[in-house]
Amino acid sequence: MMLRIENLHASIGGNEILRGVNLDVHAGEVHAIMGPNGSGKSTLAQVLAGRESYDVTGEVLYEGEDLLALSPEERAAAGVFLAFQYPVEIPGVGNLYFVRTALNSLRRQQGLDELDAIDFLSLARERMGLVEMDESFMSRSVNEGFSGGEKKRNEIFQMAVLEPKLAILDETDSGLDIDALRVVAQGVNALRSEGRAMLVITHYQRLLDYIVPDVVHVFADGRIVRSGDKDLALELEQHGYADLEQSAVLTSSAASVGGATP
Amino acid sequence: MTATTTTASPRGLAGLEPVPDDHQPSWLGGVRRAGLEWVAEHGFPTLKDEDWKYTRVGPILDVAFEPAVGGMNHRLSSSAIDDLAGDLGGTRLVFVNGYFAPELSSLAMLPEGATVTSLASVLAENADRLEPFLARPIPPQHHAFTALNAALAEDGAFIQIPPDTTIAAPIHLVFVSEVVASPLVSSPRSVVLAGARSRATIVETHIGSGGVYLTNAVTEVVLEDGAQVDHYKVQDEADTAFHLAALHVRPGRDSSFSTHALALGAAIARHEVWVRLEAEGAEVTLNGLYLPDGNQHHDNPTLIEHVAPHCTSRQLYKGVLGGHGRGVFNGNIVVGPDALGTDASQTNKNLLLSDTAEVDTRPRLEILTDDVRCTHGAAVGQLDEEAVFYLRSRGVPHQQARGVLTYAFAGEMLQLIRVGPLQSHLESKIAERLRAGRAEVRR
Repeated sequence: MMLRIENLHASIGGNEILRGVNLDVHAGEVHAIMGPNGSGKSTLAQVLAGRESYDVTGEVLYEGEDLLALSPEERAAAGVFLAFQYPVEIPGVGNLYFVRTALNSLRRQQGLDELDAIDFLSLARERMGLVEMDESFMSRSVNEGFSGGEKKRNEIFQMAVLEPKLAILDETDSGLDIDALRVVAQGVNALRSEGRAMLVITHYQRLLDYIVPDVVHVFADGRIVRSGDKDLALELEQHGYADLEQSAVLTSSAASVGGATP
Repeated sequence: MTATTTTASPRGLAGLEPVPDDHQPSWLGGVRRAGLEWVAEHGFPTLKDEDWKYTRVGPILDVAFEPAVGGMNHRLSSSAIDDLAGDLGGTRLVFVNGYFAPELSSLAMLPEGATVTSLASVLAENADRLEPFLARPIPPQHHAFTALNAALAEDGAFIQIPPDTTIAAPIHLVFVSEVVASPLVSSPRSVVLAGARSRATIVETHIGSGGVYLTNAVTEVVLEDGAQVDHYKVQDEADTAFHLAALHVRPGRDSSFSTHALALGAAIARHEVWVRLEAEGAEVTLNGLYLPDGNQHHDNPTLIEHVAPHCTSRQLYKGVLGGHGRGVFNGNIVVGPDALGTDASQTNKNLLLSDTAEVDTRPRLEILTDDVRCTHGAAVGQLDEEAVFYLRSRGVPHQQARGVLTYAFAGEMLQLIRVGPLQSHLESKIAERLRAGRAEVRR
């Protein structure tokens, strides 16, 4: 078992957002988490990556270790990666420098030698190809002035360089046109492997046409309300989230969130 | 400036006297006496003085300083200077406690007619050449420390560039303080005269070996028509030292002057820049970066007087304040009634790294005419926690993530440095400082 989440609760400012999440993920699997806006999907991603602004209870075991006890950087060193829904712009920090600093931080924490500039550059060039990213992006400041699609490609590029064991993709498809979506999905698929698990969080079914999941979970009102195979995504596409939300045991007004797919 | 009386001890700066010198011309004796009389009459600045509102000079006045004298033995080597100040190639004049040290200096080939030498040698050989600069009427920005410099200065750099002459390599002026038994005040006075359409780059570096001392420096730059001078000032004094400096600039018609002030060291440091734009079409750029940490205090007063029409001034000062560090940006732009077509901008940005750091920012703009374009603004903020988390989520440890972001904020100012070896010297120095030294962080 790579990841086991048991009865995970998270709240911020007294407002409970995750209300008892349970999830098991094995190495090599791709899990899709689908759900309406405001259901708490992104909070789950942030909590797993180590965002400190939430009050968290419950248990998350990652490769048998207590993930919640680790700092964000320790989680990264242990192989957890979050592709951000809104990648952060960092003026004054070059993209290539950023990714190299990240990789060498991971390598240091893992007891490996740091890569020098030349070895890193050849690695970076190769991984840029996976997401058809132009080299000119490497000398620019991190995400500064990047389009939405460029930012998302940059996330997948980072993932390709850092080679995590558990990749969490938070709405990586949002804001992408169909070409960018295809490129991003191609990058993700190239990184699927026996030893790597992925949690693909999305609002729309269309991403799953490109990244075919092993398991699909429906997230509503802060928890997983239904799980199934990839056909569940198609069912959602046809009927929307409304039916599922009603079938769930709903405890709050969050049920009224209108998240039906178009 | 209001006149106030000093509360200093009988010894120390208030009790200083110039060294009698029978060889000096009478006008110079008059200048020195006038300096001391000014101090006796007006006293030292206090917090009640508008221009000194945030900087207490009490700790400086409490020290029983004695004036440094020339010809003292020192234990410095040329390679030690390289390490502390950077080796920029080109001409380097080194001053120990304010006095020229030829054995540490190197004079590269200079174009014909160019003079790069010590002020003392000009005073010895042809003192009257300096009368127009040293015996200038007292400007309104005068204060006790510039008056003391006038009274005590015996040496410094003298640079004269003939018209239509370019000195490509930077001229490096290194002022190093070496502590002896008693605390010394060094009073370097430098004069730069850039002839019409000449070009030069001048770097002033102030360093010290430790202990308590005071550098009280005045530098004057005069640009004739169409001259272009890039000036850099690196204040990297010992953290226990005091540093007070004034840079006075008089740009000629269509001339261009830039200065970059980088403040790293000293317990209390003040670097004031005063530019008087009296000739049409001149352009000046004032950049600054101050990095007070621990208990350091860095004050950056600037005054740009737009007197003539169609001059441009650009100002960008950034501060990174850690520990109990305190910074001041006190920027004043005055656009006079005849300064039509003035284009002035002034920006001050500050990054506070701790709850106990403090910055006072006062961008001021006084406009006495229409038809001008003036902007000014100031910002004080903390590190972007979203960016910190982004870096940490990629595996960069918390402290290093903060360092990377802090360095990126300061790095903009380093990018503006156009002297390659100086840029790399400062990059490594500042990177080390921002990543290693900041123990107190805001969570």
